[in-house]
Amino acid sequence: MSDTATRPLPVGHYTYDQVDHDFLRARVEQFRDQVARRISGELSEDEFKPLRLMNGLYHQLHAYMLRVAVPYGTMDARQVRMLAHIARTYDRDYGHFTTRQNIQFNWIRLEDTPEILEQLASVEMHAIQTSGNCIRNVTSDEFAGAAADELVDPRVHAEILRQWSTLHPEFTFLPRKFKIAISGSPHDRVAARFHDIGVVAKPGPDGAVRFEVFVGGGMGRTPIVGVRIHDHLPEEDLLAYLEAILRVYNAYGRRDNIYKARIKILVQALGLDAFREKVEAEFAAMDRARYRLTPETVAAIRARFGTPDLIAPADAPAKLAADRAANPHFDRWARTNTHPHRAPGFICVAVSVKPAGGIPGDATSHQIDALADIAERFSFDELRVTHMQNIVFGHVRQDELLALWHALGEAGLATPNLGLIGDIIACPGLDYCALANARSIPIAQKISARFADPTLQEQIGRIHVNISGCINACGHHHAGHIGILGVDKKGEEFFQITLGGSAEDDAAIGQIIGPALPEDATVDAVARLIETYLTLRQEGERFLDTYRRLGQAPFKDSVYATA
Amino acid sequence: MPLLESGVLAADPWRPAAEDEPIGAGDVIVPLARLDEGLARSDPGRLGVLLPPEAEPSALRAALPGLSLIAVTFPIFRDGRAFTQARTLREHLGFTGEIRATGKPLPDQYEFLRRCGVTTVEVPEGTDPAPWAREHARFDVAYQPSILNETREGFALRRIPG
Ligand code: SF4
Repeated sequence: MSDTATRPLPVGHYTYDQVDHDFLRARVEQFRDQVARRISGELSEDEFKPLRLMNGLYHQLHAYMLRVAVPYGTMDARQVRMLAHIARTYDRDYGHFTTRQNIQFNWIRLEDTPEILEQLASVEMHAIQTSGNCIRNVTSDEFAGAAADELVDPRVHAEILRQWSTLHPEFTFLPRKFKIAISGSPHDRVAARFHDIGVVAKPGPDGAVRFEVFVGGGMGRTPIVGVRIHDHLPEEDLLAYLEAILRVYNAYGRRDNIYKARIKILVQALGLDAFREKVEAEFAAMDRARYRLTPETVAAIRARFGTPDLIAPADAPAKLAADRAANPHFDRWARTNTHPHRAPGFICVAVSVKPAGGIPGDATSHQIDALADIAERFSFDELRVTHMQNIVFGHVRQDELLALWHALGEAGLATPNLGLIGDIIACPGLDYCALANARSIPIAQKISARFADPTLQEQIGRIHVNISGCINACGHHHAGHIGILGVDKKGEEFFQITLGGSAEDDAAIGQIIGPALPEDATVDAVARLIETYLTLRQEGERFLDTYRRLGQAPFKDSVYATA
Repeated sequence: MPLLESGVLAADPWRPAAEDEPIGAGDVIVPLARLDEGLARSDPGRLGVLLPPEAEPSALRAALPGLSLIAVTFPIFRDGRAFTQARTLREHLGFTGEIRATGKPLPDQYEFLRRCGVTTVEVPEGTDPAPWAREHARFDVAYQPSILNETREGFALRRIPG
């Protein structure tokens, strides 16, 4: 609010001004009104449902769930503390970080939601469009603004897309939900090809920002890798072009069957060329001046982002090297849980919210507070939620990494398994979700416990294990190097294994290797798959590489050949 | 049926064409299938047409000069095709007459409707206009261009909706 004039702007995200605050307050009042109309019976549940969904309020198996938006995954410590407060006050003392870089609270009372939203609004947060058939929270690279390999910081454009899509008059009652991700690095950390629209920002020949646009990707029942619809979209046309895509989708997307309503089905049905033709026709007919994203607009939004002062002592790298040499546990963690930073003397830290045997993505209010403290002490007051359900501190001085690691250890957050087999993505599954066939969480816990030994995990190396409790694929099992899908076999929970998926530059959809197995047999099967890989791998190969080189046969045999 | 305009109830001078009867005189809304008949009508009065959600607005291009009203429709409030139809009519086809929302839109969609170019909303008999008026006045700011000529708020993408 007015204090932003005197305080430096928070690092890493857009700072609201009075107009933004007033808007959010009006939105909270609108929802308070809607809740009151529902409680009085003026609104039927059928009428209330899309309205509460537009405010991130789901009805789950046992209670309401509130999903709070974390735009491009970035928050400051004040916002993080508010989440801890909500977990403590209105939930069962924990929150759950999601693959959409959001956080959800699983045990919320309908009557409390207007108050919760009001408190969130006081720290510039909301739950707008975290569900419903609208443009969802825009996700971005967890190392944005920090990664050594980044070409364009995607958060300014992510914020522009957030604002543009907020209560968009035309695209709030689409055939189905709509997810946009934006990255500014050649290494795809946002799964751009698995989104309704994936945007990759890059510098054009003249230095101005250009966008590569992918469309029609997605998981779910029909996993499809998105296709490139534009190779070099100029910055000023970003909104116009996205409007054109969404208009075509809103007009022609199927509405008769929710499983065929995503844009990927439309793109497949028309074919990319015919789809692109429609988009181009719409784009050509538009009043482009009206939708033009001007350099002034971009600059005005950029100016409301705080930037970190990246100055580290000259001996920071030497101090880190000495700290690592002196402590093998710290060294191991630093090996797995950090990422190169663009500035000398700095490093990015990825915190695993997946302790051995724990529930992927769950954090207690105590841990959430600890994360806020650490952000404040070590990372310019800023942290990011990742699409792997972990937490990133973007800008950490190398000479302070050891102290940060100790602070994480005290909060039980120093598990050295980032990108390793313990870093499992699992959907909420039958413990929470009414659509589930099977529980995803216990099997994730069992696999994580089975491979608890950090030395073994490091030996196995980089691998993605993804678990979904049903065909809706919220755990992105199709994109897992090892994917596990819960199925129902005559009322019993079984699991189907897929191999070879990837959500990165080498995006691919995993293939089923054989009949589904019961829970414990599935855990054993994963162990055998890993053994097979360890036996057959060549120097430098990840699990995925070995699988791709040798094909399914040896892996399949290891699981199904009866001894 | 009652009509809402700018958040208040207004009189409706229009009537739907009666089935199996000549269109007759007056301000009449015809189904799309009877558009040609309407355009050829010799009785005095204005002509409107009902555009079903699956129809292409461009199908009306040739007829636009003879049309004073186009009704778009929400079979259920979740079916948002009419938003795009209304915008297409305004933005690409330059239609300046009345665009009326029929079917089952909710008060909570009122500003979306208006910002996509809808001017009036047909509501069921006995509708309390208060929630519509409330939603009409709810927001002082919007975050994206619309087809209305809204004043810029002075910062980035923001507009002051009318
Ligand atoms: S994948 Fe299925 S079980 Fe898991 S959260 Fe999604 S809908 Fe629920």
